[in-house]
Amino acid sequence: MTTSDDQGVGVKLARKDFQSDQEVRWCPGCGDYGILAAIQFLMPDLGVKPEEMVFVSGIGCAARLPYYMNTYGIHSIHGRAPAIATGVALARPDLHVWVIGGDGDMLSIGGNHLIHALRRNVNLTIVMFNNQIYGLTKGQYSPTSEMGKVTKSTPFGSLDHPFNPISVALGAEASFVARTHDMDRKHMMEMFRRAHEHRGGAFVEVYQNCNVFNDGAFDTILNKDARANMLIDLKHGEPVRFGTERELGVTMNEYGEAKIVRIEEVGEDRLVVHDEHRRDPSLAFSLSRIADHPNMPTPVGIFRDVERPTYEGELQAQLVHAVERSGPGELAALLRSAPTWEVN
Amino acid sequence: MTVNTTSARDTETLDRVIIRFAGDSGDGMQLVGDRFTELSAAFGNDLATLPNFPAEIRAPAGTIAGVSSFQVHISDHDIVTPGDAPNVLVAMNPAALKANLRDMVPGTTLLVNVDTFDTRNLDKAGYESNPLRDHSLDAYTVFEVPMTSITVEATGPLGVKPRDAERSKNFFALGLICWMYSRPTQGVAEWIEKRFTGKQQVLDANLAAFKAGYAFGETAELFDHPFEVLPAKLPPGTYRNVTGNVALAYGLIAASLQAKLPLLYSSYPITPASDILHELSKHKNFGIKTLQAEDEIAAAGVAIGAAFAGSLGVTATSGPGVDLKSEAMGLAISLELPMVLVDVQRGGPSTGLPTKTEQADLLLAMYGRHGEAPLPIVAAKSPADCFDAAFEAVRIALKYRTPVMLLTDGYLANGAEPWVLPDVDALPDISVPFATKPNHGDAFWPYLRDADTLARPWAIPGTPGLMHRVGGLEKEEGTGNVSYEPENHERMVHIRAQKIAGIARDIPPVDHDPDPGADVLVLSWGSVWGVAESAVSRIRARGRRIGRAHLRHLNPFPADLGDVLRSYRMIVVPEMNLGQLSKLVRADFLVDARSITKMQGLPFGAAELEQKILEMMD
Ligand code: SF4
Repeated sequence: MTTSDDQGVGVKLARKDFQSDQEVRWCPGCGDYGILAAIQFLMPDLGVKPEEMVFVSGIGCAARLPYYMNTYGIHSIHGRAPAIATGVALARPDLHVWVIGGDGDMLSIGGNHLIHALRRNVNLTIVMFNNQIYGLTKGQYSPTSEMGKVTKSTPFGSLDHPFNPISVALGAEASFVARTHDMDRKHMMEMFRRAHEHRGGAFVEVYQNCNVFNDGAFDTILNKDARANMLIDLKHGEPVRFGTERELGVTMNEYGEAKIVRIEEVGEDRLVVHDEHRRDPSLAFSLSRIADHPNMPTPVGIFRDVERPTYEGELQAQLVHAVERSGPGELAALLRSAPTWEVN
Repeated sequence: MTVNTTSARDTETLDRVIIRFAGDSGDGMQLVGDRFTELSAAFGNDLATLPNFPAEIRAPAGTIAGVSSFQVHISDHDIVTPGDAPNVLVAMNPAALKANLRDMVPGTTLLVNVDTFDTRNLDKAGYESNPLRDHSLDAYTVFEVPMTSITVEATGPLGVKPRDAERSKNFFALGLICWMYSRPTQGVAEWIEKRFTGKQQVLDANLAAFKAGYAFGETAELFDHPFEVLPAKLPPGTYRNVTGNVALAYGLIAASLQAKLPLLYSSYPITPASDILHELSKHKNFGIKTLQAEDEIAAAGVAIGAAFAGSLGVTATSGPGVDLKSEAMGLAISLELPMVLVDVQRGGPSTGLPTKTEQADLLLAMYGRHGEAPLPIVAAKSPADCFDAAFEAVRIALKYRTPVMLLTDGYLANGAEPWVLPDVDALPDISVPFATKPNHGDAFWPYLRDADTLARPWAIPGTPGLMHRVGGLEKEEGTGNVSYEPENHERMVHIRAQKIAGIARDIPPVDHDPDPGADVLVLSWGSVWGVAESAVSRIRARGRRIGRAHLRHLNPFPADLGDVLRSYRMIVVPEMNLGQLSKLVRADFLVDARSITKMQGLPFGAAELEQKILEMMD
């Protein structure tokens, strides 16, 4: 991008302008590197200066990311990043606030903050790295781990039914919901760009490989030769179809449930045409239910992108309206707003 | 109570009177208590109030558990407490009488709504026989007034159904008390008209009941003469009546203006702190942003985010909410960002006594976080003082870039008193500069400190060249980079402690009221201030010598506190906990500090405290 700095000179920003001097310390081979790179490559194209960006994170491997960004940042408390970021965004609607965290951070200890930030439609770009495991604490099952998963804390298999993060975000009234994965930088950059441009709470789930504690969790769908048959790339305005020969597609049954079909068996006309902008989230929700778990054909891309007033926008409007109605606040008058009397 | 003049049907002048309105929680006792308070304030009396209500919104009607009361102490001179024993109890039903009788000294007046003393209500209150008939009240002056039936009669012609009419009986009681204490009635009539606009029948019924109550006093032979309490000779100034929560909200607004920082206030509904949110959310024309957060933790997190972004971040809570915010306070201490946490203390542990007062969070404020995590503590001493205390908490937070805990309590929050309005032009400027330039060559080091205050620079997002990351991990002194280096951690722990301890140089000396020759000192904090002052005056009036001191700052203590304490043989600390301040002063100063404790959800009474202090002195 070209932006003007303080001297008013046009300066082309580059990836390095968004890299801090801190050594990146994830395990070698971790999917987090790819996500960080996608974010740093994208930044110069967003037309935003580094000082206007704030990265807020919770705790976990993913949550280290703000340290590596040459922007403002807070590495906060486990789970609380959406709340702290809400404070930043409400105080300063002029800033661009990104929230970074993992599946444990955002769906377990911070689940409440995530859903409320989305419901309020605070202008946040929330990126959740989903590796289906607790990495930093060395390998316990997470709220997105599959049932029966054997981990250090579940030697006989996990009994917990996992969350489907896209369904959770849609259920929480998110106005923007997308999914991408750490093997495809271009796709990640596109999802992050759209999330950033969206006014309101944007939720992006990134499938991320933790090669130390949950290696290959997404191999079934992300291996190079598997992708064509296992990734359903959602494209606005187009029929939902996939497969090496694009021979597979998605239809809706009478209950509004999305089903995978062979196109030759049902005909092309029966395919669902994706619409990101439908106000009603039912279509997006049905699509999110196609795969319970990333071992069957899984939609990626933008599930939902609708306009809804942002929380900070409405809050700002209330302030303006209050001044129009009652004039700017006067402390002396406020103190005298109850009956007063004089003592001489 | 001293009596200046007496002659039948003439008005008798009293120097003070304490009235308690008590009834079922559905009877509107808080409402009439408030009205009487406003009237008396506008009339120029000094006053103090003590509301007391059940935690349940709808406790079973007619039972002791459902009794709600409002005590108001009005006086022609400067007073500091809502008073110990009422002179008059208005009891709207048997339960209200039973629940409050133990506070009534023989010889005082009971004004009972005789209509409610039927078998059903007597049963519900647990009376085996009717106290109005069994001579158990012979020591009191009892007035049996058929409040319900007269109210129904007075409102009947307006077409009000008896069941609805009955609801206005609290205004009957208010009218009667207004006559008894010679209150000007215009204010009540105007208030009723304003409050019930649009509900004509309710408006008419309440007005009729109020007038009927007043007329009843005038005409009934029951009372031989009314009383009056003349306006108090308070220091000159413009006064209004204010509760602690409202004064606190105003203090935050004033601090935000004087700091030139927008206020972002975020909290979760909790008794008795919610009124601060209610008040602040009304004043958006001051640029105040308020958020009702999804939980206590988020409320504190929002305040931290606001502080990072350059706003004045404030949150408030009570009881278990304070526990939930501990984690966020630890982060704010580590980030060294300014914010204020208001703790309106209530009875604990756990849900405890949500509507009752207590001071048992002092050690929680001091130590209730993992690790070495010190923060400054400021406490308000009276409802109106909540304004100054809030202002002071913000001043310290901003100057030292630290979270500050501001302690009030349920009594201060809901209690009211006349407040001499501060001169807003004389309020100090408490603004602090944001960092604008690199501070280490070309680099910006977020933990390079001010040599004097040890505060770190506050560089807010949007400032070019000062991008930096902060976090809860230990930081290297200076650069702020993550550091696990052993010596650095120890150094940082000491620096954080020194920063808070150094605030002692920046706060006034102890509020100390010595008494020549005294070897006992009464040391108070928080809302015990008023009653401690009264108890000490009473003791001095007996010719005994006793010193008095009060603490506004609980951490750090004023620099001269050790010297003050060591100049006495014994320190007596009255507090509504099991001795938390006395533990702290013993630990810090090795003095003989002893506690007088009270854990009943109610403030000390002056006579009660006087007695206890005297016992300790002897
Ligand atoms: S533990 Fe897993 S998620 Fe964490 S840094 Fe290592 S590979 Fe990445």
